[in-house]
This record gives sequence, structure tokens and C-alpha cells, in this order.
Amino acid sequence: MMSFATNIRRARAIAWKDLTSERRSKAGFNSVAFLGVLILLLFGFALGPDAERLRNAAAGVLWLAVLFSGVLAFNRSYQLELDGNALEPLLLYPGARWSIFVGKLAANLAFVLMVEAVLIPVAMVLFDVSPPPLWGRLLAVIGLGTVGFVALGTFYAAMASRSRAREVLLPLLLFPMLVPVLLASIEASSALLGGDAMRDAGAWMRLLAAFDVIFVTVSLLAFEHVIEI
Amino acid sequence: MLRHLIRISLQQAVNNHNPRPSPRSATPAAAQQTDRSALVALSGLSRRFARRWALRNARLRVHAGEIVGITGHNGSGKSTLLRVLCTALRPSAGQGTVCGYDLVRDADQVRARTAFLAHTPGLYDDLTAEENLRFAATMLGLASRGIAAALERVGLAGEADTRVRGFSAGMQRRLGIARVLLHAPPVVLLDEPYNSLDTEGIELVNDVMRETRARGGAVLVVIHDLVRVAPLVDRVVEMRAGAMLEPVAAVASPLEALAASSVPQPVR
Repeated sequence: MMSFATNIRRARAIAWKDLTSERRSKAGFNSVAFLGVLILLLFGFALGPDAERLRNAAAGVLWLAVLFSGVLAFNRSYQLELDGNALEPLLLYPGARWSIFVGKLAANLAFVLMVEAVLIPVAMVLFDVSPPPLWGRLLAVIGLGTVGFVALGTFYAAMASRSRAREVLLPLLLFPMLVPVLLASIEASSALLGGDAMRDAGAWMRLLAAFDVIFVTVSLLAFEHVIEI
Repeated sequence: MLRHLIRISLQQAVNNHNPRPSPRSATPAAAQQTDRSALVALSGLSRRFARRWALRNARLRVHAGEIVGITGHNGSGKSTLLRVLCTALRPSAGQGTVCGYDLVRDADQVRARTAFLAHTPGLYDDLTAEENLRFAATMLGLASRGIAAALERVGLAGEADTRVRGFSAGMQRRLGIARVLLHAPPVVLLDEPYNSLDTEGIELVNDVMRETRARGGAVLVVIHDLVRVAPLVDRVVEMRAGAMLEPVAAVASPLEALAASSVPQPVR
């Protein structure tokens, strides 16, 4: 049996491997970030030139852009393994399977946060949103929402990775499960962007934190069974 | 007549290259002893894909210091057998152990004691050769000290910092062998290991098999070209339609297998 420290080293190696491959190929980040910006632009056109309407929709549109572009990132995460038939060797290394999940989760989290770092400024410009006074809390909401989203995305991408129709299957599995996270993230972000006069954001943030704990724990425990050959 | 002459010349070749006594020549008491020490023991092992049985009722014992060749037509279940043995596939029926560990219950222990070189080595194209091995070493819980030596051994020391994307199929195969060298487990499973390799590469694979045998390990090698592997293997098992043709006690010698095999051999 491998020790906890060895399994953490394995998780770190997987995250490093995924991010290094991504950094060198660049194709993934460029296409995912571009798709996100495109979604923001299209929603901007659809909502029209009314500045008030744009500001009200900003949080929802931003989270939808993250959601759609994130799905591409999750699929790519396992595509890296499937391209070189490396998924089977990865699963044949001895050690706890949770380390594979943690490694993939860390890499996907870093990837989605980088995409958000591009999308958030673009959204603020396109939707005429100023940085809110409680910007620290807004960053916390983005962090909490992203953790829940990425945990579920990494889990379901593993489940779909064995299917030929994984590109279609992943959103079908993921989106219904994401409704609570998406709702809480949009409500908390909207409240903070509007100055949080009703002090709504705190409750939504606590709910997001609870979802994160549940999703990460359940995904960790169930990962071994969904990735089993 | 021609068949008889071929048998005699092949027998001489096998004797010259492999003078060790066959495990089958052991006394009954000794045989019982080796049975208990079987590194690989399969009993009625079967694997089904949908309605098709890819592996049916496989029975096999492989002892320490043995190299067993597995031959058969395409789709006869050879690769499925290896993939069940390395725990890449769960058996649908029957039992199997590797180093005494059950293939299903103790899968993690089995993984720690097997190395599987598949058709495709499963490397990461955007990592360098050295990074691929470093990743494998970390995943195996090993120190990265042996990486340089493994690369040197497979003739890729000069390409350590080159991304695998630029490697030929043969170089990728060599890197896959380096990963096996890094691990050096008791049971080595090789699926058509000579594919894409030049003469040096083939000799490298043979060395890996000899070294595994010398340190008391066991090798199962899936091979179509029996003539190439005949000097190395202790016995050959032929598979057809998912079943092993011979029972364990009467597994053919390389020579017998060559003469009796229904698998056409390359013309030399």
C-alpha cells in the first residue's frame, strides 16, 4: 500500500503532467478562452444596447460562458490520456485512485481559473460593469463556484471518457447536476455586483461552500468506481 | 521429410540457446513445490465482451524463472489474457492470482507486481522522454534515480529532452521498455514486444526477458513469430477462439509448438 504522502505526490505529478502538456500544446487554452469570449459577445448582441439590462445579466452570462467553455476543458483533460492510449497505463499504476481524481481536479481548477482570468475582464468591459466595492467577496464567490463546478466536471468527464459519445454525454450528465451551483453562484455574484444592499450574498456563499464540500467528497469516494476498467 | 528436418534443426537451435532443464522435467515432488510457488496461476479464467467470450476457461501456471510464449491467430484472446492478468480487465468468470494476490480482490497488489508492455506504449506526446519516465517513476512510487540509466539502456540517452511527439514508433517502443526497466517487477507481460523494433531493439527485449528470468521473475510474451522467440521461451501456449488448446500439464515445448502450431510462421 502506498502512503498518503506518495499518493499526494502522484496527484501532484498528474496535475503537473496535464498542465505541462496543456502549456506546450496551447491549443486547448486558446480555443476554450476564445469560445468563452465568443459566448460573452453573442449574449451581449442578443441582449441589445441597453446598459441596465446588460449589467443585470452580466453575472448570469459570465457563469454560462464559464460553464460552456469549462465543459470543453474537462473533455480535453481525459482526451490527453485517450490520444496516446495512456488512460489504461495510468490506471494500471498501483496506488489509490483518488490521487488521479485529485490530480485531474487540481489541473482542471487551474485551467478554468486561467480561463476566468480572461473572461471576467472581458465581461466587465462588454457588460459595462464596474468592480464592486466588495470585490474580495466576489472573488471568493468565483472561487467557490469554480471548485464545485470543476469537481463535478472532472468526475463526470471521467465517467464519460469511456464512451464514444463523450462530447455529448458530458453536458447531458453534468448540466442538470450543476443547477444548484450555478444558481447559487449567479445569485451571489449578482448581489455583490449590485452592492449587496440586501445582504443576500452571504447565504448564497454558505450554500456554495456546502455544495463544494458535498461534491468534492462524493466525487472522491465514487471516482474509483466510475473509472474502474 | 521436410517437416522432420525442420524439427531436428529447430530442436538443435533450442538446445543450443536454452540448455536449462524444462520445468516439466522436474520430479513430481519438486513439481508440487513449484506449483505452490507459481507467480501466475489461472483457474477457469474467462472474459466476455457483450455476448462474445474473448477468453474461455483459461488454466495456466507460470513459475518463477519461466518465460512462456503465447501464440494464436488474431482475435484468439492472447491480448485479452494479458489485459486480465495486469488487471486492465476484470475477469467475467474464474480465478487468477499473480504472486499469490487475487486479480480482483488484490488488484492494487497485482499492479505493483506486474509490468505490461502493450501494443501502444501509452506515452504523453507533449512530454519529453525523461519527463515521461519521471512521471512513471512518481506514479510507481519510485525514486527518479534510475531514469538516466534506463534511458541509456534503451539507447535514448541522447533524446532525453526531446518530446515524444517527434519519436518514431520504434523509439516510443524503446521508451515503453525503459518504463518496464524502471519498475523491474516479478511478472512482465509483453504484447507483441518486437513490433517496430530494429535488431538492437529486439535484443533489448530479449535481454529484459532474460533478466526477469534471472532475478526469479516470470515473463508472458504474446508473439506470432515463434521462430524468433523459440530460443528464449520455456514453453508455448497456443490459443484459439479464446481457449488454450493444451491443458497445463501438457503445454507444448517451443519446438513442439512450432511443429504443431496452426499459426502460420514468417518465411525466412
